[in-house]
Amino acid sequence: MMKRFERQRDYYAGALMILVGVFAGYVATTYDLGSLREMGPGFFPLILSVLIAALGVGIAATAGRTEGDAYGPMAHGHRVGVDLRGWAAIFAGVVAFIALGHYAGMAPATFACVFLAAIGDRQNTWRSAATLALGITIVAVVVLAFGLRVQMPIIKGF
Amino acid sequence: MIWSSFVDLAHGFEVALQPHNLLYCFIGVLIGNLVGVLPGMGVLSAVSILLPLTFGMKPVAAILMISGIFYGAQYGGAICSILLNLPSHPPHAVTCLDGYPLTQQGKGGVALGVTMMGAVFGAAFGILQMMFLAPYIAKIAFSFQAAEICSLMLLGLLAGSTLAKGSPLKGVAMTAFGMLLGLVGTDTATSVERYTFGHYELADGIELVALALGLFGIAEFLRSVNNVAPVNTAYTKLKFRDMRPSKAEAKEAALPILRGTLVGSLCSLIPGTGPVIASFIAYATEKKVSKNPEKFGTGAIAGVAAPEASTHSSIQGDFIPTMSLGIPGDAAMALLLGALIIHNITPGPRLIVEHPDVFWGLVASFWIGNLILVFLNVPMIGVWVRLLTVPYRYLYPSALFFICIGVFATRNSLFDVGVTLVIGLFGYLLLLLRFEPAPMLLGFVLGPRFEENFRRALNIAHGDLGTFVERPISAFFLAICAALIGLQIYARIKKARAPVQLASTAFD
Repeated sequence: MMKRFERQRDYYAGALMILVGVFAGYVATTYDLGSLREMGPGFFPLILSVLIAALGVGIAATAGRTEGDAYGPMAHGHRVGVDLRGWAAIFAGVVAFIALGHYAGMAPATFACVFLAAIGDRQNTWRSAATLALGITIVAVVVLAFGLRVQMPIIKGF
Repeated sequence: MIWSSFVDLAHGFEVALQPHNLLYCFIGVLIGNLVGVLPGMGVLSAVSILLPLTFGMKPVAAILMISGIFYGAQYGGAICSILLNLPSHPPHAVTCLDGYPLTQQGKGGVALGVTMMGAVFGAAFGILQMMFLAPYIAKIAFSFQAAEICSLMLLGLLAGSTLAKGSPLKGVAMTAFGMLLGLVGTDTATSVERYTFGHYELADGIELVALALGLFGIAEFLRSVNNVAPVNTAYTKLKFRDMRPSKAEAKEAALPILRGTLVGSLCSLIPGTGPVIASFIAYATEKKVSKNPEKFGTGAIAGVAAPEASTHSSIQGDFIPTMSLGIPGDAAMALLLGALIIHNITPGPRLIVEHPDVFWGLVASFWIGNLILVFLNVPMIGVWVRLLTVPYRYLYPSALFFICIGVFATRNSLFDVGVTLVIGLFGYLLLLLRFEPAPMLLGFVLGPRFEENFRRALNIAHGDLGTFVERPISAFFLAICAALIGLQIYARIKKARAPVQLASTAFD
């Protein structure tokens, strides 16, 4: 399955660009195109969209011709795929930050964000995650809230 | 001309030596060094996190600090490569090849000492180059009008996306996609909202910080979580004493440092070839001219000295097109350009004249910053080495929080934090499909300015596309663009893609 993905990677890559180009191009045509002399808001986006889609075709057409690059972004034995626990934790961390940042304030948002994200690493325990989260929360309150005056109340309604 | 540079530099030192500017320069290089040392932290994400925190600062201080992070990280990155064999900072990837074998032979300290020599020499050369060349280039660019600016930007974008590593087609696609993302929001000329899909939060566009942190922060964590090899700390006991190279070793390093520096400075002048390519070319050159090339890869001093010197000279030289033309050569400089814009400094040829305190203060701060870095790294090497052992499981949750708060602080918007998460997911998909996200940032920053100049040029020429080839300077830039594309096609047919090929032969 891995090998197959390696082989077909550039087809997917090309398809993604074609998709992006077609979609963005369609949206661009809903704006006024204008003329070369008086360009409307849709003109330049349309050029870019066509270019992106064309490049997508080019990428798919030349698929498999480029050998893997040893120091490419996916080198170093990085697995391809989703680490469920890690992903869920990173997601939960960011979402918790947004939600608690809105309803509860910076301190709870910080704690939740760091704690949830840390739990995603299999080597972290509840305890080490909580300790780390507490430490970062203290730093955040001192440096960001008091020092740099980030515009988020430390605790809402307090 | 040369004399006036020195007068201006003296003024620059006056600016850079003001206590608060000095302090921010120090903080910048300190954070840069720290980020460089920590495996798994990127310069781009560090700068993006700190960018919002500079909003309240004076522009000069902010620019000095942000620049300090860039060159400071190069000092730390070498430590990481040499002692841990972790190429977590691309320009130093090639240093691993000979740096780590040296470490295994118990000469890691010497390798670091040589690196310092190379760094100081390379940086000094790069700064001198900037001092004398940037004002000159800016002077030439004074007469540029919309058509010329447009063609020049096209050249910068094309070079940035095709000469970097990875497939050139994908690089150009990423650049164009980045430009498209840069257009999101209200069109300045017609006040029409584009690609906002009814979200009023997007009316001012996607935030640069959100894009950078999504691509280089969150996407990176998604890839690395539970997937990082434990750090080998066997060689991380190192003291100041170990760093002094013997006379013979210093002599062995001298010429490679000189050659590396020249390669780096040349690379910084060609748009799109930043420090990464410079370091690869320097290594390959060294291997070629060496009397005993078989020693490379097993701990050759020259294999450390040359790429390190070239990295540092091209990092400093990289600032030239950004400061003199307003056209960044890579993603890092695109961020710096974004910082300038945020601080209401219009980048372009007029910058040096209109904001001499920013430009000359920056040049002076480079001298000071590099000096500080030597003092930070040489006597205090033990402290940095200990930082190498901070495990990733503590690092990424903390960094994730700083990303969230950094994006939020940019314009006090939690919506942007959500945008960052979405961009991060998409960025992971791009990484998976072997797209390089860095050119995207370049396109994002230049996209709106490109459109603006494209419109203006055609408006002046009454819609005649011929204007781009009829104006000689513009035609010259377009000719180079065509040559670049022709070269890529030629190289592809020959199956030997020039710089990338060089890079991969360096690893054989």
